Amino acid sequence: MPFKRYVEIGRVALVNYGEDYGKLVVIVDVIDQNRALVDAPDMVRSQMNFKRLSLTDIKIDIKRVPKKKELLAAMEAADVKKKWESSSWGRKLIVQKRRASLNDFDRFKLMLAKIKRAGLVKSELAKMKKQSA
Amino acid sequence: MAAKATVPRKTRNPDLIRGVGKYSRSKMYHKRGLWAIKAKNGGVFPRHDARPAAETALVKPPKFYPADDVKKPLVNKHKPKPTKLRASITPGTVLIILAGRFKGKRVVFLKQLSSGLLLVTGPFKINGVPLRRVNQSYVIGTSTKVDFSGVNVDKFDDKYFAKAVEKKKKKGEGEFFEAEKEEKNVLPHEKKDDQKSVDTLLIKSIETVPDLKTYLAARFSLRSGMKPHELVF
Repeated sequence: MPFKRYVEIGRVALVNYGEDYGKLVVIVDVIDQNRALVDAPDMVRSQMNFKRLSLTDIKIDIKRVPKKKELLAAMEAADVKKKWESSSWGRKLIVQKRRASLNDFDRFKLMLAKIKRAGLVKSELAKMKKQSA
Repeated sequence: MAAKATVPRKTRNPDLIRGVGKYSRSKMYHKRGLWAIKAKNGGVFPRHDARPAAETALVKPPKFYPADDVKKPLVNKHKPKPTKLRASITPGTVLIILAGRFKGKRVVFLKQLSSGLLLVTGPFKINGVPLRRVNQSYVIGTSTKVDFSGVNVDKFDDKYFAKAVEKKKKKGEGEFFEAEKEEKNVLPHEKKDDQKSVDTLLIKSIETVPDLKTYLAARFSLRSGMKPHELVF
């Protein structure tokens, strides 16, 4: 099983530790064996240890250490946001965020909806059992 | 000397650093106009003699000196401030009561009384909680709000909830127990009417929101996996 996601210039990664937890960043340069120079549209370019990054499948086409404007343009061209939000990893994170932000009333409505759905499924199952019996 | 209440004036001698003024004594003498005051007064500083002290009434020596020195407690003029209402709690907010007979019940907040306690109602028809006072500390404020327009709660205050004064009974044993049983459970009609008048408007606005009625009828409880410090209310 070879590696599929490599650390390279333009690799999009998710920050999994620290202040910028949860942000999508682009690897813009490699500093040494452990650290990368990392940049995102809404943050100041900074160094990060690879241990703080989780690589994603997304890669954009940039030169080493691009200017901020060029980086933004490249991200727009590759449509990183849309790719991320349509990937299963990205979708999972969105769902987690939504679940965490539910109100007490929302959680109650969710419970009612789950019960309703389960009821429908059970009634269909009962029908099918009856048919086959 | 009688001092009038003057507005504190900016000093004429600004500090260069702490302890060192910009102007010397002689310069300050000139700046303050002391030369003008002297000139006005004929070459000397005006002299203000002490005002004759007001006549004090003759104090007679006390007739009685107590044998022991009893220490008087210090004066405490501290007035407790009214409890600050949390910003998340506004009239019409749904609250979760955490303790007491109605723990877990979701209730509508009406207003804060002058004692600091919160006035809430179920509404009674929905979850059995009457007009009741509840302490802010035993309540979680949710972000769900009920439309509160048109509801009038001005007539309720702490006196409304005071216990009715019981008549003193004679201590005859047989009569004592019988009399107690009779007086216990009657809730006066006015209180029932007050409850209805507040609740009808509330129930109307509650029924406009789908599922809100069943929400208020249900009790809150923690389930497996729910972490209170991570829950958003």
